[in-house]
Amino acid sequence: MKTILYIVQKEFKQIFRNKGMLPIIFVMPLIQLIILSNAATFEVKNIKFSFIDFDQSTYSRELVSKFESSKYFNVVDDFSSEKEAKTAMEKGTVDVVLEIPINFERNLLKEKKADLSLTIDAIDGAAAGVENVYVNQIIQSFNKKIRLNLHSPTNGTYNPKTIESIPSFWYNQTLNYKTYMVPGILVLLVTMITLFLSGMNIVREKEIGTLEQINVTPLKKHQFIIGKLFPFWIIGLVLLTIGLVIAKVLFNVPIIGSLVLMYFYTSIYILVILGIGLFISNFTETQQQAMFIAWFFMVIFILMSGLFTPIESMPVWAQYITEFNPIKYFVQVMRMVMLKGAGFSDIIPQLSKTLLYAFLMNGLAVITYKKVN
Amino acid sequence: MKKFIGFVKKEFYHIFRDKRSLFILFGMPIAQIMLFGFAITNEINNVDIAILDNSKDINTQEIINEISASKYFSIQQMLPNDAAIESSFKKGKVKAVLIFENNFSKKLTTKNKATVQIITDATDPNTANTIFNYTTAILQKYVQKINNHTQMPYQINTISHMVYNPELKSVYMFVPGVMTIILMLVSAIMTSISITREKELGTMEVLLVSPLKPYLVIIGKVVPYIFLSIINATVIILLSIFVFKMPIQGSLFLLGAESILFIITALSLGILISTVAATQQTAMMMSLAGLMLPIIILSGFIFPISSMPLPLQILSNIIPAKWFLIILKELMLKGVGFTFIWKETLILIGMTLFFIMLSIKKYKIRLE
Repeated sequence: MKTILYIVQKEFKQIFRNKGMLPIIFVMPLIQLIILSNAATFEVKNIKFSFIDFDQSTYSRELVSKFESSKYFNVVDDFSSEKEAKTAMEKGTVDVVLEIPINFERNLLKEKKADLSLTIDAIDGAAAGVENVYVNQIIQSFNKKIRLNLHSPTNGTYNPKTIESIPSFWYNQTLNYKTYMVPGILVLLVTMITLFLSGMNIVREKEIGTLEQINVTPLKKHQFIIGKLFPFWIIGLVLLTIGLVIAKVLFNVPIIGSLVLMYFYTSIYILVILGIGLFISNFTETQQQAMFIAWFFMVIFILMSGLFTPIESMPVWAQYITEFNPIKYFVQVMRMVMLKGAGFSDIIPQLSKTLLYAFLMNGLAVITYKKVN
Repeated sequence: MKKFIGFVKKEFYHIFRDKRSLFILFGMPIAQIMLFGFAITNEINNVDIAILDNSKDINTQEIINEISASKYFSIQQMLPNDAAIESSFKKGKVKAVLIFENNFSKKLTTKNKATVQIITDATDPNTANTIFNYTTAILQKYVQKINNHTQMPYQINTISHMVYNPELKSVYMFVPGVMTIILMLVSAIMTSISITREKELGTMEVLLVSPLKPYLVIIGKVVPYIFLSIINATVIILLSIFVFKMPIQGSLFLLGAESILFIITALSLGILISTVAATQQTAMMMSLAGLMLPIIILSGFIFPISSMPLPLQILSNIIPAKWFLIILKELMLKGVGFTFIWKETLILIGMTLFFIMLSIKKYKIRLE
């Protein structure tokens, strides 16, 4: 026990003496948390809207003014020809072009129907879908208003059946993205820092040659490994704590569930990450190799965690791969406990998988670590 | 010049002898683009939902059939009562619950109006909103059907054209994004590490006292990585054309030239990091932990930049990946010529020069 404490002491001293690393470990992740949480939003706003009005009628102008007053659209331009509109869309200065054909008003009044043509830059397919919905909503409400004005009761009352859908958004009534993203980004940062630090640590001693010095001491394998990893475990928990304070104070993210449960889960989770880091360390010769591998897994873990894009939409084989993604479980647990107030029994599936993972990774790491070359 | 070539040769030997790194260097980007190209999509499919049917009549049954036939939803549970809703949300089993009110059919026939309540798990606001829109659309379609498709008078029909990506595939969005991220990170990490490595191992001193000019030492270290990155970029572009069926509407030559420019930008950022960082560890933490999330989030790869708060929109301008991503999309999907992307190109060139100037200023040719 005493031996382990000495190693831990040595590691802490090394970390705190490296003045270049301290801000990278403690300040940079938190700055990223504060800044990036604001940027991560799928909301579609400030749509660059433009129109070609061939009709130049009261109705066409009224329709355009509806877009001007909408909070989703910025009316940036009006074009006199389709060619101009096309060039602007190629340049990317407009997202949506609404074309109001000639005789729009006349057709609507005389033939009781009229057409509009809408062009949307659909490279971002998801955003294009939402833009389409928004444009149609505005046109529908404009349509409804006109219908009410024109439709005289003598034409007979038309009363179709309707089904009304009433939304209720649980756990996040205002659909606030920060509530969703702040815990997620915090998870990523904690994982990233602990994985990179632990992945590089032992291989660094290898590369510089100091590992040999340690190997010739009577230190036991497990003592060495525990002593090496314990400081990073502490760093992970400290980061989580500061991050939670920021989430609560700065972003006002609700913390409904039990903090004890969250820390309990996180302390096991970090063991998984440290185990992975150590495992990488064992199989690489240089810090460069270690970092590439850590980076490889980190990018996969991040992009397949279900934080940015939904897991259910992935092909089935990819969904199986996500079963091995520790970040996925951490994101789920954070969200369940923090935002929904889930209790111990609710997170048992995630917890047991994480626990198993932790045993597996650390077991493998200890077995594959060799004191003798 | 001969000395320089000799030095570059030495660097190439270094890289090629380290088989494991070489394997990682080429294998990883390929594995990643294959994985992400197929797996990452922000389309919403197969969302698990539950239904609480208080009415159990012909209309609700028909609607439930419509919903289960849709590719967007998969019905996981039929809930017995209100009390079951909360627990299935907490377990994370379902993302939405649809509640049909009592006497649904009766209300629909006598009052011409019935309601469905859609409760969504809004801890993920995007999915919640989309689920609501999709269910509403299914309900609307069903209503139209029972109304016998009667056309309303004074109807405005809108015909939407989705240009550049008519099927709204998210591959078109994500393949250029993944390509940008891989090129940026691999290039920046590689150079920053290879230079700091010499510093840390003490061999930088040897290089500095050699007759080779210090700037040539740096260029010599970067040249092999330019080659490696170009190979990587080529492989990625080929994969995106042949595996992901990305159209290349614009000029392939221009695409190649812009990719090389971007690689050089990323490499010069790597040089800058290496002049600031003393150890490999610091260099890596800067280029990995420091760059990864900002690039993923602020480049417009996943999140639309125009929806971000204004200060962040301004901040996103300093991310080189943002500009390359615009260039890629313009060239690949819109098929425009150079006149449309000269501004972005100029910005990348400017950034590269800035990184290089700053590196020269910070570069110490003497060791303390």
